[in-house]
Amino acid sequence: MPPDKPISDGTVIPDDALLAMHDVTMQYGARTVIDSIRLSVKAREKLAIIGPSGSGKTTILRLAMGLERPTAGFIRIDGQYMWHAERNGTLVTSGEQQARRARRAVGMVFQQFNLFPHMSALQNVTEPLVHVLRVNKQEAYDRATDLLSRVGLATHLDHRPAQLSGGQQQRVAIARSLALRPKLMLFDEVTSALDPELVGEVLNVIRDLAHTTSMAMMIVTHEITFAADIADRVIVFDHGRVVEEGAPEIVLRHPQSPRTQQFLKAILER
Amino acid sequence: MNFQWDWGFALQTLPTLFQGLIFTLEATFFGSALAFALGLIWALARLADVPVASQIVRLWVEFVRGTPLLIQLYFLFFIFPSYGVTLPALETGMIGLGIYYSAYASEVYRAGIEGVPQGQWEASLALGLPLRRVWGRIVLPQAMRFAIPVFGTYVISMFKESAILSTISVLELMGQANIISAETARYVEPLSMAALIFLCISYPASRLVRLLEARTGAS
Repeated sequence: MPPDKPISDGTVIPDDALLAMHDVTMQYGARTVIDSIRLSVKAREKLAIIGPSGSGKTTILRLAMGLERPTAGFIRIDGQYMWHAERNGTLVTSGEQQARRARRAVGMVFQQFNLFPHMSALQNVTEPLVHVLRVNKQEAYDRATDLLSRVGLATHLDHRPAQLSGGQQQRVAIARSLALRPKLMLFDEVTSALDPELVGEVLNVIRDLAHTTSMAMMIVTHEITFAADIADRVIVFDHGRVVEEGAPEIVLRHPQSPRTQQFLKAILER
Repeated sequence: MNFQWDWGFALQTLPTLFQGLIFTLEATFFGSALAFALGLIWALARLADVPVASQIVRLWVEFVRGTPLLIQLYFLFFIFPSYGVTLPALETGMIGLGIYYSAYASEVYRAGIEGVPQGQWEASLALGLPLRRVWGRIVLPQAMRFAIPVFGTYVISMFKESAILSTISVLELMGQANIISAETARYVEPLSMAALIFLCISYPASRLVRLLEARTGAS
């Protein structure tokens, strides 16, 4: 890991952070979606992110995945800067090559699954194994079968996404992301596109992962009970800023910020 | 004028017309192959957004689409030779058809590629798949599902339009019909039989394409 560099105003990014975002701002035209955020995630930490829609939760994940380039600020993941490189002790802006390297430590599960529709469940999982990790076909098959069994889909290896329910598709997507053994896994409202009766099976898979793996997680969700159950820390977003942050039993049970109280009330009355 | 359809004469034209049909099919086959290969190149060049090159390709595609095939063929066949570029008539015809249809094919590729959901790109990026793999295994196969039925109709259209190659002395189906007509001064039978042959191939082919469309559309 590169030594911590004093950046811009001399602040030092915490040393033990797996993911560090420093003064990250994201603007689309005149609209500020993320407003100068500082955020870090430790190795193994499970972080839940809640907040009203349009508050910037999804954008934070997209920035952590390197799908978007921030308007300003620094993002460092597992010792690699996402859009910067160190040259002679200073940080200079860098391009896609650097981002590609930094993304290796991160995996993401999307709201809309984004499975490859023309490939079977198995092929969806072997694809990154063979073409990113470069493991041989047999090994890829074994690992993929293993992962799909772990998410309860051992009997659906040859099904195409269109032949699977939403819950099953999302579990394939989880298996696909796990294949690369990311250190940080991002879950972007992964149950929002599912029929209510299919939400449980997906949450159970994630809950199981949270309890059995050392992977750090950032989970954007509206499932408050689930967040309370697995998160080490909860942060509440509103208008591109963090309005509250802390242990789940505090933030979710005895929120201090009026904005959090209001949001939780709205969610629970749904 | 009292016209009498002569079945005997009509049937006599068939062997010659079938000789022409072979050239028609050759022109269609190689013309299509060229069109779909060049079309992909134009589409990728435009999507790549390389400052000057993409603009040139865009203008080129507009130029090809905006001018008649007949004029393009005349340029290739009558004008290029005086600058030292000489090709046999059939090859000239294939190239002409190929270039003309490549301009249309490139738009189909483009629509197909742009129709691939953004999420497919994002998933590929998140997984870190190499760019070549993303194009070759993720994006283009999905774009092709959209493009292939359209290409089917293009092949049929090219098959019929290839009759225009008779104007640059290719002895394809229409060219043969013309020659028989000129030699015998009977137009109705050779032209009707040529039309019938076109129809016998293009009609089943278009049914096939519709079937293909229904199949890809449904899944």
